[in-house]
Amino acid sequence: MSVGGATITPVQLGGARGGPSARTLRKDRWWVQPTITVVLLTAFVVYSTWAVFVNKDYYVGAVAHRDLISPFFSPCVTGSCVAGAHGTFFVIYWWHITPALLILLGPLSFRVTCYYYRRAYYRGFWQSPPACAVADAHTGYTGETRFPLILQNLHRYFLYVALMFNTILTIDAVTAFRLPGDGGIGVSLGSLVLSANAILLWAYTLSCHAARHLCGGHVNTFSRHPIRYRIWKTLTPLNARHMQLAWASLIFVALTDLYVRLVAAGVFTDPKIF
Amino acid sequence: MADDVTMRVWRGDADGGDFAEFTLPAQEGEVVLDVIHRIQATEAGDLACRWNCKAGKCGSCSAEINGRPRLMCMTRMDQLPEGPVTVAPMRTFPIIRDLVTDVSFNFEVAKSVPAFAPPPRPEEGYRMAQIDIERGQEFRKCIECFMCQDVCHVIRDHEDNKPQYAGPRFFIRYAELEMHPLDTNDRRELLRQQGGLGMCNITKCCTEVCPEHIKITDNAIIPMKERVVDATYDPVAWLGRKILRRKKATPQQAVTHGA
Repeated sequence: MSVGGATITPVQLGGARGGPSARTLRKDRWWVQPTITVVLLTAFVVYSTWAVFVNKDYYVGAVAHRDLISPFFSPCVTGSCVAGAHGTFFVIYWWHITPALLILLGPLSFRVTCYYYRRAYYRGFWQSPPACAVADAHTGYTGETRFPLILQNLHRYFLYVALMFNTILTIDAVTAFRLPGDGGIGVSLGSLVLSANAILLWAYTLSCHAARHLCGGHVNTFSRHPIRYRIWKTLTPLNARHMQLAWASLIFVALTDLYVRLVAAGVFTDPKIF
Repeated sequence: MADDVTMRVWRGDADGGDFAEFTLPAQEGEVVLDVIHRIQATEAGDLACRWNCKAGKCGSCSAEINGRPRLMCMTRMDQLPEGPVTVAPMRTFPIIRDLVTDVSFNFEVAKSVPAFAPPPRPEEGYRMAQIDIERGQEFRKCIECFMCQDVCHVIRDHEDNKPQYAGPRFFIRYAELEMHPLDTNDRRELLRQQGGLGMCNITKCCTEVCPEHIKITDNAIIPMKERVVDATYDPVAWLGRKILRRKKATPQQAVTHGA
């Protein structure tokens, strides 16, 4: 075999293998985990699609003495955003459909190419494989070597985009402590919800495998790069919880949108804590 | 535990076979390998299985117990669910006889991984800091049970991928060498083209079955995927190489490095 001009001894195939022909011999409920994945991810996609296209009740402004914006609609940079929502500095007037569509592309591309979510949807939706030691649902397999899946390798660029959105959502969380006409500055349940959302998103983003690589994982001699080593050492335990943080941040961002939506729709008033 | 245990053990070779059922009196504290040995001693003297240390360190007695790759010597009978226990050979490799498989695929792949390539030894000897080599030490815990290779669906379910896919065991070998502070070779393109790293879709089954609890996916495969991105897919890294006039090694250069 010749690879890039190199002559390499080809691996000899074993020929017929023999053995049981059943798809799996597992007796446990291996289908539970991929089913939960499919249900949760589908629920998120359905809810977020609805929230994006309903295109209202995403901002609680000065009339209600609050400054709360849904993470699905921040930064609200289109001319169609409701009055008072952020986005006076940079406004896109030619975009006439829902602003959330433009905004969600950034964080969504980060999650779609995330190493954890790849595992989750390859198992849950594509069934390749549905669980360990359970046969693929497909006869052919090329992995991430061809278009479009080869684009998963651009994950690090979507990391940069996600960091930008995290910064914006952090500013949203800080400004949520402004209570115009209700004491000026204070703490409401809404401001705490936005803060928790920002913290979870930072934790999820910084626990990313690409971040761990870029911050120090690419270095072979840590002893000569003590700062990178320290950052890498800090991110490593966070990285070990990437799956938990991925789910927590995904669910919480939807709950944050729901909270802002309910307050904006007048279902209840955002309670002031102090 | 019930008074008897029922074992369904695969009997056959590469041409086919079937499960044979054995019922034996249960004995306290036994592992699956003990029961297989009792079957050999009492009911099927010609039952073939590979074993050596009985301590989870030699990697010989890999099998699929109730459908999951496990070491027979480290699987306690009393921790398995009630009912017949199914013992089958590793699915990814051709069966020689009964529970013994031909794992020579792995030895062929091992030959294709260019060896450690340190610089010429300085007079005062090589010096390395502990923090520089501790990442690679995790990978050296591998006992070559090949259960990660067995469970990896890329070759388990697609025999045709074997010629262009090294598998998780050798991804950690590549990672160990690439992360080594003294290694001078660059195997990233070799790993991408010949090792088939892009075939891995990181479903983490290799990590789940590793008896040494090596974080194969998080600490070896994904870091190597990121290094391959550095070498091949990242346009900014490509521009940086052009400006700084740095070159990545071709697969041929990696194979012939130091020769």
